[in-house]
Amino acid sequence: MIDAIIDVTPAYFAGFLMTLQLLAISGVCAFAVGVLVATMRISPVPSLRLFATVYTEVLRNVPLLLVLMFCALVVPILGSDLDYFPLALIGLTAYTSPFVAEAIRSGFNGVPVGQAEAARSVGMGFTQTVTLVVLPQAARMVVPPLINVFIALTKNTSVAGIFFVDELFKQTDAATRDNPGSVILVLIYAALLYLVITVPLGLIAGAIEKKVVVMR
Amino acid sequence: MSLNVLYDAPGPKTRRNSMIASIVGVILIVAFFFWMYLTLAAPRVNANGAVLPGTFDPSRWDILGRADLWLSFGIGTLNTLRMAAVAAVLAVLIGILFSFGRTSRFAVVRGVTGVVLEFVRGIPVLLMIFFVFLVFTAGSYWSGVFGLALYNGAIIGEALRAGVKSLPRGQREAGLAVGLTPLKAWALIEFPQAFRQMLPIILAQLVVLLKDTSLAFIVSYPELARTIGNNRNYFGSRYMFTLFVIGLVIYLALNLTMSWLARFVARRSGPRLGKALPNTPRQIGVDGTRAITLPGPGYGPPDPPH
Repeated sequence: MIDAIIDVTPAYFAGFLMTLQLLAISGVCAFAVGVLVATMRISPVPSLRLFATVYTEVLRNVPLLLVLMFCALVVPILGSDLDYFPLALIGLTAYTSPFVAEAIRSGFNGVPVGQAEAARSVGMGFTQTVTLVVLPQAARMVVPPLINVFIALTKNTSVAGIFFVDELFKQTDAATRDNPGSVILVLIYAALLYLVITVPLGLIAGAIEKKVVVMR
Repeated sequence: MSLNVLYDAPGPKTRRNSMIASIVGVILIVAFFFWMYLTLAAPRVNANGAVLPGTFDPSRWDILGRADLWLSFGIGTLNTLRMAAVAAVLAVLIGILFSFGRTSRFAVVRGVTGVVLEFVRGIPVLLMIFFVFLVFTAGSYWSGVFGLALYNGAIIGEALRAGVKSLPRGQREAGLAVGLTPLKAWALIEFPQAFRQMLPIILAQLVVLLKDTSLAFIVSYPELARTIGNNRNYFGSRYMFTLFVIGLVIYLALNLTMSWLARFVARRSGPRLGKALPNTPRQIGVDGTRAITLPGPGYGPPDPPH
């Protein structure tokens, strides 16, 4: 029993690091793209709004597995020679960014409309209203749902394991085959490693949420 | 009254600028798709020097007339729906159990439910399905169903709990005052209101569940995503793009229909703007009147992530 745990530890450690890398890089990229899409979504230019809406709707309604399948199996056919790791990063970023955008938009909508109206009535323009009045208030409310998006991303990195990235789930899959005697142990070990990332993030989100509620 | 408070109704100059920006945007997007089209259509030379036909070459689409192709996709779609339907019912039931456990009078029950909930919510669905498959040797269909039902049940449970918590205390107190037991007060007074209030969130989560049936791929359940893979093995990988497009269109059709249905039901039976209870956790403007941004097609509660 204990042997199995010791046996899989190096592979799990490598997989865990890979999962963290996937999370960090695609998290930052998805945040950047998400902010861009959210900005387009509220911008005064109709074509930008339309584009952002279509982008969000399409990507939110396609399973992550299909997005990553496109990256890993279709893109190489189209003549790209990217490695599976950057391909997985692109897929995770594309899939996560609409959720980031929606989290930001819901934060915007959480700011009482009177705030924006007051800003407009003292003569502020679009940019001033957004950057000086709405955004600072929305930022606090955006953080908890945004953390939830990143928790989901942490769990979603496991799908990259199906498509040839040696992250934690793929190592788990291999470990269950190498240690048929202690499958449960090996699986729970992997689950705990995921919990090491997701539970603290969840606690932070909960704490911030409480604070925001108190401030209102 | 302008729908959007963030900017004025555009004047002639702004309209012109916005028009120019729109045209430039459309040209850029069209150019991008045209470039994609050309890239896809261009014949490719593979490592051996052989020339492969472009993606839109008829030889890559000739399987579209094959009856067995459509039969396999039909079966795949049915399998996906079969799994989603059973898992959805189970998820709501498990959600009710979780919310009940979390609000129990006994600290032990609350504690145990809380730990189980954190565990279930914190690990990937993929790992959960795999876990059920290996540990309970449940077969690919039932491991997919139970994995999905457990995970989504945990999220629905939390939504229901938040719904019960947001009710005014008087609801429960009135129930107890007229002689209901705590269990009856919960089942007859608190739960029905919470369920109605949280219906939009629950439905959005069920759309997520439908999407996640694709993860049963890992236990070789022959659902839609697996069908793409199976057909690739059967017809050859040069049809991969074709098969992928078919799968994508079916998924989009299924999920967009479900999302639209969820929104429709949410609008009909969910809490109405301004009529909702005071502490309702909602995404729309806190003062309960209007939201800052325009109500686009994505209006309503945002989908829970994943």
